[in-house]
Amino acid sequence: MDNVMIKMDNVTYKYQNAEDENIAALKNISLNIERGEFVAILGHNGSGKSTLAKLLNALLLPTEGRVHVNNMDTLDEKRVWDIRQTAGMVFQNPDNQLVATIVEEDVAFGPENQGVAPKEISERVDEALNIVGMKEYRKHAPHLLSGGQKQRIAIAGVLAMRPECIILDEPTAMLDPSGRREVMSTIKRLNKEENKTIILITHYMDEAVEADRVIIISEGEIALKGSPRQVFSQVEKVLSLGLDVPQVTELAYKLRKEGIDIKSDVLTVEELVMLL
Amino acid sequence: MLKNITIGQYFPGETVIHKLDPRAKLIITFIFIISLFLIQNFHSYIFVLLFLVSALKFSKVPIKYILKGLKPIMFIIIITFVINIFMTKGEILFPIGPLEVTKEGLAHASFMALRLIFLIIGSSLLTLTTSPIALTDGIERLLNPFKRIGIPAHELAMMMTIALRFIPTLLEETDKIMKAQMARGADFESGNVLNRAKSLVPLLVPLFVSAFRRADELAMAMEARCYRGGENRTRMKQLKLEQRDVFVFVITIILLGIIIYFRYW
Repeated sequence: MDNVMIKMDNVTYKYQNAEDENIAALKNISLNIERGEFVAILGHNGSGKSTLAKLLNALLLPTEGRVHVNNMDTLDEKRVWDIRQTAGMVFQNPDNQLVATIVEEDVAFGPENQGVAPKEISERVDEALNIVGMKEYRKHAPHLLSGGQKQRIAIAGVLAMRPECIILDEPTAMLDPSGRREVMSTIKRLNKEENKTIILITHYMDEAVEADRVIIISEGEIALKGSPRQVFSQVEKVLSLGLDVPQVTELAYKLRKEGIDIKSDVLTVEELVMLL
Repeated sequence: MLKNITIGQYFPGETVIHKLDPRAKLIITFIFIISLFLIQNFHSYIFVLLFLVSALKFSKVPIKYILKGLKPIMFIIIITFVINIFMTKGEILFPIGPLEVTKEGLAHASFMALRLIFLIIGSSLLTLTTSPIALTDGIERLLNPFKRIGIPAHELAMMMTIALRFIPTLLEETDKIMKAQMARGADFESGNVLNRAKSLVPLLVPLFVSAFRRADELAMAMEARCYRGGENRTRMKQLKLEQRDVFVFVITIILLGIIIYFRYW
């Protein structure tokens, strides 16, 4: 078994718009994501980043090129369910991805679909709720929980399927700041403690900073990639793609412009404080 | 405010009646309704009353809840009562205008009204003591044997579950849209019926649009979680018939037996 979790070879995805024109949402993308890696994919609205996410677990199929998940081709119809079990997906709106009226029933939904034995489902539900820190809410109704809690339940629902890789499509976009913090710390824990491969699609720069690797998508193409430090030190390039850099990085950049001698690849407040 | 609405009319509890298997409860309620319709004389009602009162007693559901459940159909009960009084021929007690009240009419009317009241109390006892999710579960499993003749048991249950799940979400959304429209000067409360109905259009259109979008996203999320219909699906919660289920079932059969006895002998 090699170390590559997700492999995209020259992937193009085209769709038809209302006027029957073929529009390419993604153009010729090649990308490798390794086991246990935490990758953040950035891009402004309409850049194709959500399309990319859906290609990774066969919700969409590439028009050209191939996507391999754990060496399984997403074009192979027989492997679709194995692929979705390997690469779990969490969506943006927590309300629209919870199925059942009781938390534990919802977390059990995935394994039930896989045909797991009842006793094991119950164990998996316990385990998944434990990991996201929602054990005491097992019997609650999801509509009475906060946005951050609901999103953690959604993550638990995916975890109960025991995926190796979790794709999160803007999981914090609809949450308030405290909900965002809850979800982000859960995601980090999944990566560090549970060794899950994480693909986080986001437009929050401070979330992308936490990743091992950042990929910026623009107009359906990979515009920039590298470690957060490498990517965000190219302040002008990032800004020209219609994205922001983390606030601290921007501050350091402006200070430097004003003639203060400071490194341009500052990522956290602590770092900047130390430098100053 | 809409957030705290309870779905159905479930009255949570830990009593024997609550703990009965939902399948058993559904069948028992069904037998109970059949026996109600088999009754043809007043004294059989004594047994029905006995059955209901003991079930109520054990379920610890306050009488207030039961009466609240009767309120919306009080109108129907009164109408059936009045129609039955006047439409039955027989020994005339006293006339009211062109109509006349007969002895048989009075008897028949009270008989029908009692039947309706017992029917409502019996079935609301089912929904009061069974959580919606247990109820859907019970229905799914009871319908399972009929899959072969084309009854989509799993799909029906899944639809009910999703409906139950989205009722609070959509209520909350309605509330939000209403407030947004009110903030822009919409008026939902004054005017005649026609105007009021018209003012609902700007409420319903966005609600529908959003419901369809939600459905789309939910379908995608379900597929991502390997949902592919009822085939090869397992369930976390297993239903198991206990002694108490059999016991209550036997009591209901005895009730049915007594009623059949009084009807034919």
